[in-house]
Amino acid sequence: MNAKLNPSVLAEGADLSLHNLSRRRFLHGGAALTLGFVLPAAAADKLPAAGPGKAGDGLAAAVKFEPNAFLRIGADNSVTVIAKHLEMGQGTHTGLATLVAEELDADWAQVRVEGAPADAARYNNLFWGPSQGTGGSTAMANSWEQLRKAGAAGRAMLVNAAARKWGVAAGDIAVSNGVLSHAASGRKASFGELAVEAAKEAVPAEVRLKDPKDFKLIGKHAKRKDSAAKTNGSARFTQDVHLPGMLVAVVAHPPQFGATVKSFDDRKARQVKGVVDVVAIPQGVAVLARDTWSAKKGRDALSVVWDDSAAFKLGSAEILARYKEMARTPGKIARQQGNTDAAFAAAARVVEASYDFPYLAHAAMEPMNCVIQLTADGAEVWNGEQFQTIDQAVLAKVLGLKPEQVRLNMLYAGGSFGRRASKDVDYLVEAAHIVKAIKGRVPGNPAVKLVWLREDDMRGGYYRPLFHHALQAAIDANGRLTGWRHRLVGQSILIGSPFEAFLVKDGIDGVSVEGASNLPYAIPNLTVDLHTPTDIKVPVLWWRSVGSSHTAFSTEAFLDEVAAAMGKDPVALRLELLAEHPRHAAVLRLAAEKAGWTTPLAAKPGERRGRGVAVHESFNSYVAHVAEVTVARDGTIKVDRIVSAVDCGTPINPDNIRAQVEGGIGFGLCAMNNAITLKDGKVEQGNFDGFAPLRIGDMPQVEVHIVPSQKAPTGIGEPGVPPVLPAVANAVAAATGKRLRDLPFDTRALAV
Amino acid sequence: MIKLNVNGKAVNVDVAPDTPLLWALRDTLQLTGTKYGCGQAMCGACTVHLDGEPTRSCVLPVSAAVGRRITTIEAVDSGKVGHAVQEAWRKLDVVQCGYCQSGQIMSAVALLSHNRKPSDADIDAAMSGNLCRCATYVRIRAAIHEAAKTLA
Repeated sequence: MNAKLNPSVLAEGADLSLHNLSRRRFLHGGAALTLGFVLPAAAADKLPAAGPGKAGDGLAAAVKFEPNAFLRIGADNSVTVIAKHLEMGQGTHTGLATLVAEELDADWAQVRVEGAPADAARYNNLFWGPSQGTGGSTAMANSWEQLRKAGAAGRAMLVNAAARKWGVAAGDIAVSNGVLSHAASGRKASFGELAVEAAKEAVPAEVRLKDPKDFKLIGKHAKRKDSAAKTNGSARFTQDVHLPGMLVAVVAHPPQFGATVKSFDDRKARQVKGVVDVVAIPQGVAVLARDTWSAKKGRDALSVVWDDSAAFKLGSAEILARYKEMARTPGKIARQQGNTDAAFAAAARVVEASYDFPYLAHAAMEPMNCVIQLTADGAEVWNGEQFQTIDQAVLAKVLGLKPEQVRLNMLYAGGSFGRRASKDVDYLVEAAHIVKAIKGRVPGNPAVKLVWLREDDMRGGYYRPLFHHALQAAIDANGRLTGWRHRLVGQSILIGSPFEAFLVKDGIDGVSVEGASNLPYAIPNLTVDLHTPTDIKVPVLWWRSVGSSHTAFSTEAFLDEVAAAMGKDPVALRLELLAEHPRHAAVLRLAAEKAGWTTPLAAKPGERRGRGVAVHESFNSYVAHVAEVTVARDGTIKVDRIVSAVDCGTPINPDNIRAQVEGGIGFGLCAMNNAITLKDGKVEQGNFDGFAPLRIGDMPQVEVHIVPSQKAPTGIGEPGVPPVLPAVANAVAAATGKRLRDLPFDTRALAV
Repeated sequence: MIKLNVNGKAVNVDVAPDTPLLWALRDTLQLTGTKYGCGQAMCGACTVHLDGEPTRSCVLPVSAAVGRRITTIEAVDSGKVGHAVQEAWRKLDVVQCGYCQSGQIMSAVALLSHNRKPSDADIDAAMSGNLCRCATYVRIRAAIHEAAKTLA
């Protein structure tokens, strides 16, 4: 076994880090930072750089100075930032390290990142109360002050240590690129040289943060900390975990949601070389083997009879028909202003349209998986951990343990897009049931790696919910937009989940209507209402940008239709209606200007080209996209270019903002041509032939423009997604005169 | 026992002959840089080089790799092109989640080994079998051009 991946060493590291810290509150702002102290050298030597979360690389030097829960400085001059949020591609580890390093005045090259263990007392998401987790594009926003203060506290302690050692005033000491210096005496020292002394200094009660004009890393291009490991094969994902004696589990899942195992015959499966055991669990039948391929072969050799008496058996077409029927009557009011009925009664003209959105899979490149090992004092889990506090509590319940007995190792996630933030901890619970089922049957209680094959992942549910939207606009005799009705029908993500108590109010699931109920446009009479069917048993979940993944489309595509009906330019109408929303207006203006909105798009004779725009706020960030498309004679749409403008507050790392917007555009475009569909309750797609992420040839040119800002930073992992498809649909309408209102796009209607 | 040549070393793997090379690399040899994504040669996450040619290891029985030179991401920087590609990927911060990037790099190295000055169209054609759900494609194109520049 590769020493670097030796799990027993990693496990000891996690143990030390969890138990050798005393806790003392020392900063304002709700953050309970902990005060560490020098670890015994022998123990510290074993502490791995990659560990408790094990997402880092290389081995650490002895720990010498740990001023708080987020920072450790080694005698070898290494600066380790403990990242409380999951790195799933969005650049969080780099961003969090940037905040600490900025205020510490560290040299970026000496900074390393390590994933935090599960410990909500120290590592909670400040926007989520006492809960640790990553999501909602909150990582940088909630850490903005907390981690800069953590860095500043470390810096102050280093400075005080130097002042004491050199017998000079702390105010005369400068810190730059990881070096402390005293100009008058010419003395200098690295962080590493002062680590032992700094650990003896008092933790400052207050710290002063830098004036933004003095930032050296924030707003500049701090290079990603995970680039090296992710380009040489050494980055460690859950799929890569190997433990001594570990078994791989592949599970036969029922073909319909809600079906259960009636009986099974495992004789052939057990004959497959490498298969060790076959067990029934609530989620299906698990085959355990020495390696993945044997487990797969074993599963394929199983014969299972399913009990479908409680299974959900509707198809997508029937679900959609029901939703359209429901949309005929008013739903629960999500927003009401003015007198909408009166506005429509007085309207000179009414525009109406409806929009359909299918189920969508997250389809992360790393299918869902996790590793669980029962230990003498509890259980240890390896996972691309996104919801530590919830996962710990739910796994503890299944395994008959206390939450603190469940130790979580946060590894890199090979994408998530919301999937690993499982509201009911689905795949982890499945793994826990397997571990429970083999306890006492397989000697030594080996660790189990649950591996979902691509088909398990794609058919496993937890989709972006299918939605139907119906919209109407009232235009009065003076040509003014006076009324707006928006009705949505779709399953709730939150009802029935642990989040219901916090986020569902008066029967309205906030994430069903986000982006619709907070429509920014100045329309005096407006009604948004919602139907939430409760008899559709398809598991649904947040999918990158959540409610905005459908509401941005219906609102922005419909407003374009309204603009056309009013004979107004789509940008001009939006700006007229956004007088009270300057941040929306600013990104819209910037994107339009950079795209050359007022200059006609060049097209060869006979070519159908068009430009479309959309603007949308999600997660407190504002994004406008201008799309340029070419529509072929057979109706095929080629998205040539997206010009984007973004306001996400202070840009912490502009290059990463561009990367997230580029990626968000590609992620959003995938939904042009893809859907998860059900027939008789069975998911029709199983692999990338049926549901295909965008390929490189379909990726447009992308230009991202960032609005300068000194406001607090907001998220960027998700906000690039919502305005992509409406901008494309609006561009197609400009090119062809035809409106695409349903996803995925049926391009046959565009053929000439 | 099946004898393989992996990254310049002779190794023995004790697996059934129908086992895909991917799982022999990952589970038996613990060369986990090569990834599982689809099992059907549709996503390219499992791309390795077989005698220098990009090959989807998830559908290649290990018995078919006997007597061939197998190169994985772990050894790709030992070649001049591989090193240039890795450096370009790092310079432009191509990666996001990173799970598909081993396969992307293996395909890019194969492209540049045959074509030192690929156009965007050449890149799109050579890389069309490698999916990236994070859609890092803008940077993949740019990094391949960047590597081509350093190799020129």
